[in-house]
Amino acid sequence: MRRSALFSWLQAAPLALVLAVFLVVPMAMIVVVSFFDYSAFALIPDFVFTNYQEAFGSAVTWRTFGKTLWFAGLTWIITLSVGFWLAYYLAFVVKGEMTRTVLFVLCTVPFWTSNLIRMIAWVPFLGRNGLMNQALIGMGAIDRPLEFLLFSDFAVVLAFAHLYTLFMVVPIFNTMMRIDRRLLEAARDAGAGFWHTLWCVILPLCKPGIGIGSIFVIVLVMGDFATVRLMSGGQSASVGLMISNQIGLMQYPAAAANAVGLLAMVLLLMAAILRAIDIRREL
Amino acid sequence: MTKTTITRRGALALGGAALGSGAITGFPTLWAQNIRDITLRQVGTGVSGLNAIAEQVKKDLGFTLQLTIGDTDAVAQRAATQARAFDVADIEYFSIKKVFPTGVMQPIEVSKIKLADKLVPIFTSGKLTPTTTPGQGTAPHTVGYVEGATSTKFAAAPTGWMTLLPTIYNADTLGIRPDLVGRPIRNWRDLVDPAFKGKASILNIPGIGIMDAAMVMESLGQITYGDKGNMTRAEIDKTIAFLIEQKRAGQFRAFWKSFDESVNLMASGEVVIQSMWSPAVAAVRSRNIACTYQPLEEGYRAWGSGLGLAKHLTGLQRDAAYEYLNWYLSGWVGAYLNRQGYYSAVLETAKANMSENEWGYWMEGKAATAPIMSPDGKEMEKAGAVRDGGAFADRMGKVVCWNSVMNEDRYMVQKWNEFIAA
Repeated sequence: MRRSALFSWLQAAPLALVLAVFLVVPMAMIVVVSFFDYSAFALIPDFVFTNYQEAFGSAVTWRTFGKTLWFAGLTWIITLSVGFWLAYYLAFVVKGEMTRTVLFVLCTVPFWTSNLIRMIAWVPFLGRNGLMNQALIGMGAIDRPLEFLLFSDFAVVLAFAHLYTLFMVVPIFNTMMRIDRRLLEAARDAGAGFWHTLWCVILPLCKPGIGIGSIFVIVLVMGDFATVRLMSGGQSASVGLMISNQIGLMQYPAAAANAVGLLAMVLLLMAAILRAIDIRREL
Repeated sequence: MTKTTITRRGALALGGAALGSGAITGFPTLWAQNIRDITLRQVGTGVSGLNAIAEQVKKDLGFTLQLTIGDTDAVAQRAATQARAFDVADIEYFSIKKVFPTGVMQPIEVSKIKLADKLVPIFTSGKLTPTTTPGQGTAPHTVGYVEGATSTKFAAAPTGWMTLLPTIYNADTLGIRPDLVGRPIRNWRDLVDPAFKGKASILNIPGIGIMDAAMVMESLGQITYGDKGNMTRAEIDKTIAFLIEQKRAGQFRAFWKSFDESVNLMASGEVVIQSMWSPAVAAVRSRNIACTYQPLEEGYRAWGSGLGLAKHLTGLQRDAAYEYLNWYLSGWVGAYLNRQGYYSAVLETAKANMSENEWGYWMEGKAATAPIMSPDGKEMEKAGAVRDGGAFADRMGKVVCWNSVMNEDRYMVQKWNEFIAA
């Protein structure tokens, strides 16, 4: 008994060590630095609250946090509704393993090129003189180019949805494939229609997948800065972008204070998701 | 950040060719034997971090110059915080005001620079001609020298110790699309003309952007700064409030941070008037799209950049670095940079490396007598073309301010971040 307990500790030790060195220590550093003072040239070790006062005493910070939440919420709704139906189609409609695999690989196409190139590729498509506007003008649908397509919140959310839908599809698809098909037959035999089965059988059984997908999407969007900067043309800000600007200008303590704020917000969101959905069920 | 370096094969071939020809041409050196093993790592912006220069270094001097490229802020950050990650910093004067006091650099001994007395006086006395007054802001001569070999304190007048070896500088103004603006552009205030709503852009590098904004504010008559290169908190508040107001009203299409972003904004027609850098204008033109680097009545905002040595450089590596610095002023690079629309720190050696037509077009404001070619051999301008803004003295003589780091820098950067986040 004692032997096996020791063995379990040994087995867990490498991962625990890696996480301690590469996760816990840097996090602690960030918290420590967030109380430092700084000048244009250097960090000044200290214990001051000015970084938090400056960050959270400013309406701009709160608006930026709000905006980040708004991006995350909107992206979550879109990726969930698109991702769920994609997964549904792959799991229940497509027949045959081969077709399913091919279609699944197709879903990963957005990841075949670098994040940056993918985002830059939107510019000639959505721009003032881009393909989209030319097509719409050519069709006579509009008589002047739509300005909101690029360098706007619309463009940011579009890029997020394009990037992160796959993170929703994969876990939902995974849980759907584990649903015992006899349950669906039983539901049909008991007189349930399509929507009824979906709502009372499939959706509850997919919850762990939806939970995992949601965590992926929300964490990725909350921490993003490159997509927001490039797609909004610097017009919009997220907390990540604010932190990245501060790091670029060597205001590390201010960036650390914002990072601690962001971390707290993300952890709260995660706690809420994990409370609502038991992701370990069915795994 | 992207990392570029001469390929291993290319370097070997060049090295082999140099050996094969029996001698390494270019500068005579006492230590040519082991210099081929030296690698100098240079961190800098895309402005002068050019592969062509690294290749020429290999050819002329025999050692390897490895380039790391980042935007202005990233370079300053890297230099200040990762002192051992570079040997030579290609950095702007307003950045060095922040970086040098951190103690990561060593001063350059002026006595080891052969052409030190030929440097353009902008970098030494601050006066282009005895009668011109230096612009406001972080003018290069104010942060160009330190008091001694181990000092990090900037000297008021030239000493024997330089912070940076001046290499490149220019006078910046607004870039416009003459085909799309629909009227003559004469003043900085035209950037915020409601006619260009949603079609204007300003660059998002605080130390530079704030100066463009100040030029616009003064041009509008909204404020008269005591010294726009060193604003008070009240002046910063007023300037940023104005920018936020313009942003909310939808004046700006986007904010750009790197050179190529500004090229794309202009070439795609997303923007018709914006802060711009000279070679970006040339890059737009080379796509056969009209673009003018518009001289404005109020004058220019200037910047200067130079090469600094990392503190850890010693021995043979430091000798190689000095050799590189001397080579930089010896003409080949100067001509290369002048042909991109920048200016070189020593003019006469650059002149010797340029044709009369090139010198006339780029430096004297004369009409080109033959097509003007870019350094990579593409035709930039046809015969008869005249440079926007004219001659060197007309452009650099009308500098009213320099890119700046202010005393209230921390406050300014915070406010600037609020503008970008607003």
